[in-house]
Amino acid sequence: MKNFLKGLWKEHPVFRQLLGLCPTLAVTTTAKNGLYMGMAVIFVLVFSCLIVSLIKKIVPNQVRIAVYTVIIATFVTIVDIFFKAYIPEMSKELGPYIPLIIVNCIILGRCEAFASKNSVGKSLIDALGMSLGFTWGLFLLASIRELLGNGTILGITLLPSGYNPLIVMILPAGAFLVLGFLVALMNKIEQAK
Amino acid sequence: MKDAVKITVVLTFVCAFCAFLLSFVNGAVEERVKANQVAQLQDALNKLSPKAQSVEEVAIGEDLIYKLLDEQKKLIAYGFVALGQGYQDKIKMLVVSDKNLRQLEGIEVLESQETPGLGAKIKEADFLNQFTKKDISRPLECTKLDISKKSEIKAITSATISSRAVVNTLNKRIESMRKQVKSLN
Repeated sequence: MKNFLKGLWKEHPVFRQLLGLCPTLAVTTTAKNGLYMGMAVIFVLVFSCLIVSLIKKIVPNQVRIAVYTVIIATFVTIVDIFFKAYIPEMSKELGPYIPLIIVNCIILGRCEAFASKNSVGKSLIDALGMSLGFTWGLFLLASIRELLGNGTILGITLLPSGYNPLIVMILPAGAFLVLGFLVALMNKIEQAK
Repeated sequence: MKDAVKITVVLTFVCAFCAFLLSFVNGAVEERVKANQVAQLQDALNKLSPKAQSVEEVAIGEDLIYKLLDEQKKLIAYGFVALGQGYQDKIKMLVVSDKNLRQLEGIEVLESQETPGLGAKIKEADFLNQFTKKDISRPLECTKLDISKKSEIKAITSATISSRAVVNTLNKRIESMRKQVKSLN
């Protein structure tokens, strides 16, 4: 249980460890993008950690990173093909950021730091917690940006039509701003404990 | 020595396993991916030229031109793909024009990676409808102000680069289409 919860809050990959910031900043222009990106990461992280944990004893230390990378790349490519086949509009929307999950440091980080040293069950729970943490982080960040920058969340208009959208929120600068505020908020809550 | 053998065996095994997995997944959905692309093009053609009954593909070099035919197999319009650099990545559009290349039927964006909320509005009807039945005997121009000439297209607010990219790509492609159509006849 502790392994699961730490990814959701205490060791949150985005807000506490500041990992995987490239997709965090780039795809969170709309809540839907954030959500689908999160789901892709859940799939990749869970399966990569599962395989890494299964084969941890037979992989020689010198080539472990190469082996992890091949495994991660395989699952990312599967997600990429799957998106192209079944949800082509999302595949277009996320563009290169799906293949770029390969170099997302959360994935390699969890494989190296956790899955290669722990049992299969523990690794799965850790991967699930971390990727769900990543997903809610992205969803929250993307929702704030979409709401302020476009007046909508998941395409549903929430702010009155008189609202003048803050276009900067959709641009890269908005991503840094919102991320900064969320990290600060998270630190404040942790300090208050 | 022993280590080298082990490393080689493990790496080979892992790569072979991954390759197998990938080819399996790819084989399972390959047709669907292709079907999606064909369906998307077909949809766009139908939308832009509802009167066309059938489509004939003509290859000129590496280019593909779609001849849109009516019930009597008479040519009523040309469809062609225009590709040009946008703000972040290439913009791929489908263009349908009358058979003399004087007037557009309309355009549709097939692929683009423009900024969501800004440049991505090139995919929306407000912008695209400007091209419906647009006269193209002269090159189109992109303007930030209100339209004062027939050949003008109003740019999307704060997405001038994307708007201009669409117009310029279109102009270039229509020019090259004129040559190709000539060689066709």
